[in-house]
Amino acid sequence: MPVLNYLESINQALHQEMERDESVFVLGEDVGEFGGAFKATAGLWERFGGRRVVDTPMCEWAFIGLANGAAMMGLKPVVEIQFADFISTGFDPIVQYTATTHYRWGAKIPLVIRAPWGGGSCAGPFHSQCKEAWFTHCPGLKVVIPSTPHDAKGLLIAAIRDPNPVIFFEPKHLYRREKSEVPETPYTVAIGEAAIRREGDDLSIITYGAMVTEALDAAETLSGEDASCEVIDLRTLVPLDKETILASVRKTSRALIVHEAVRTGGFGAEVAALIAEEAFAALDAPPARLTAPDTPVPHSPPLEKAFRPNAEKIAARARELLAY
Amino acid sequence: MSPDLINEHSNEKLLDLLYWMMLTRGVDDRSEALFKQGRFPGSIFSQDGHEAISVGSSIVLEEGDAIAPMHRDLGSYLVRGMSPGRIFAQAMGRTGGPSRGRDVNTHGLGDLSLRIFGYVSHLPQSMGVALGAAYSFLYRGEDRVAMTYFGDGAASEGGCHEALNLAAVLDAPIIFILENNRYAFSTPLEKQCRIENLAIRAQGYGIPGVTIDGTDILAVLDATREAVERARSGAGPSLIECKNLRLKGHAIHDPADYVPAELMEYWKARDPIELFRERLEKNGVLDETTLSSLRSRVENEIEEGVRWAENSPWPEPGTLEEDVFA
Repeated sequence: MPVLNYLESINQALHQEMERDESVFVLGEDVGEFGGAFKATAGLWERFGGRRVVDTPMCEWAFIGLANGAAMMGLKPVVEIQFADFISTGFDPIVQYTATTHYRWGAKIPLVIRAPWGGGSCAGPFHSQCKEAWFTHCPGLKVVIPSTPHDAKGLLIAAIRDPNPVIFFEPKHLYRREKSEVPETPYTVAIGEAAIRREGDDLSIITYGAMVTEALDAAETLSGEDASCEVIDLRTLVPLDKETILASVRKTSRALIVHEAVRTGGFGAEVAALIAEEAFAALDAPPARLTAPDTPVPHSPPLEKAFRPNAEKIAARARELLAY
Repeated sequence: MSPDLINEHSNEKLLDLLYWMMLTRGVDDRSEALFKQGRFPGSIFSQDGHEAISVGSSIVLEEGDAIAPMHRDLGSYLVRGMSPGRIFAQAMGRTGGPSRGRDVNTHGLGDLSLRIFGYVSHLPQSMGVALGAAYSFLYRGEDRVAMTYFGDGAASEGGCHEALNLAAVLDAPIIFILENNRYAFSTPLEKQCRIENLAIRAQGYGIPGVTIDGTDILAVLDATREAVERARSGAGPSLIECKNLRLKGHAIHDPADYVPAELMEYWKARDPIELFRERLEKNGVLDETTLSSLRSRVENEIEEGVRWAENSPWPEPGTLEEDVFA
């Protein structure tokens, strides 16, 4: 089976879906001949032309609005936001129009918004943010954050085929670092299903995005200390795979929730509340969160390292929980 | 006034225009009465003074064209096939409205089978949405156009600039109708911008922009027809600024006492329906018998609409969490 990196798998999914379905088109800043800031759309313009690979001016508000209208007319827009941080300039159409329309008057908006997301590249406050919680708080949006090239392809294809709007965050730290076996033929990974990346009995580490590999590294370290950790990759925040989370916590009796986003109002609070409400009796320790602190994302390497969770910090917090 | 334009239309067409404006006013007046009787929860927006714009523009569209109206465009919904009954049911919160009790008054009054897009309060978002419909026509090589509306208020929003510019760059088949009624809620035009005619902004986008009298339905129709032909021929978007005054408050709770009395008097004397009625009478198109038959036709449709809406069931509380996702 071919081994692809994260970016290559995204690119392949776009090629294959555009090949399969004439109504799929891509739009955003620099996505055409230039191939996108990260080259995720490389080759699409040459293959499908400017009608289906649309370079836009800098106007997230308008091109997301355009995508809303085009989607209601039966097209399947795949919008690229150049950096997830910039999604705030197109926030209004997403949270007010895209999210509410099917509930309000029944029109489907089969729209995918892809955005390179998260830190780890010393890119500073405006090219590193994790704002998934802005969107998990908006009923009507699905929120997907794949952590492997295999899932990136399968979930992107599933998102394009979904009749609902999907916010698709891609941990850009993994773009060229993470490689996995990716089948050449198109396939889907179901939206709304978490993956158990490592089985264990003593502690459930529940995470997503670029923190999955960090959690797996931490679990490996801890296995040398005779602690068995289960690592759950949520993959989708909305809809949330509550069953997998609860079954794991009921088995291990301890839960550590890890994310790269800042703490207050972060998605980890939702998972912690779920566990406290639904699995309280099974717990041997309070559900714990390991997150970035409540600060903007700093630039300098020592500051960003202090800001972002990593395998070492996860292992340290896990040891505390295991000793509780 | 546009004296030459009246000769361009058949009597039947002219009476049709009057009928749609009268129906718009009738539905609006009845809505106000129903609100005051406590049968419309929430609030409603007055249409008075906007009827020539909504009717005169939307009447130009053909089957398959798309429209994204706002809260002063009741006439556009009616002309494009939304029945008075469904409009009343929406305001009553009944399942017979297009949103089945989920959205309020003209918000979310959308129906894709009629190619009408429901709006959100965050104007001018319909500009982006209509642009998407226009792009879908380009994409599929269809001979169709999209039309949308925004006010002088929404013209100050950044999104308005983005949408006009993006439409121009894409040569999209779209018509932007700017309803300059001089007030964004209570804020007068002088506090919103330093120009009197907003259509001059079109030059900055490289598209045609015209300013016309928004109380003259034939002027609206004529300008819209030219813009629609232009869009349909592949020449891209146009901006039409229709000047008028909102003859009542922003919404029903607003007495609009911030509008100077003389300004209100000036525009009340230019009520678009009265102007057109007098004009048709003067030109021998309308007589008392025809007018009274139009009135009873409108009244009957409204009565039937109210009856239909009141027979429409309330939504079941058990359906609250349905349809968040398709």
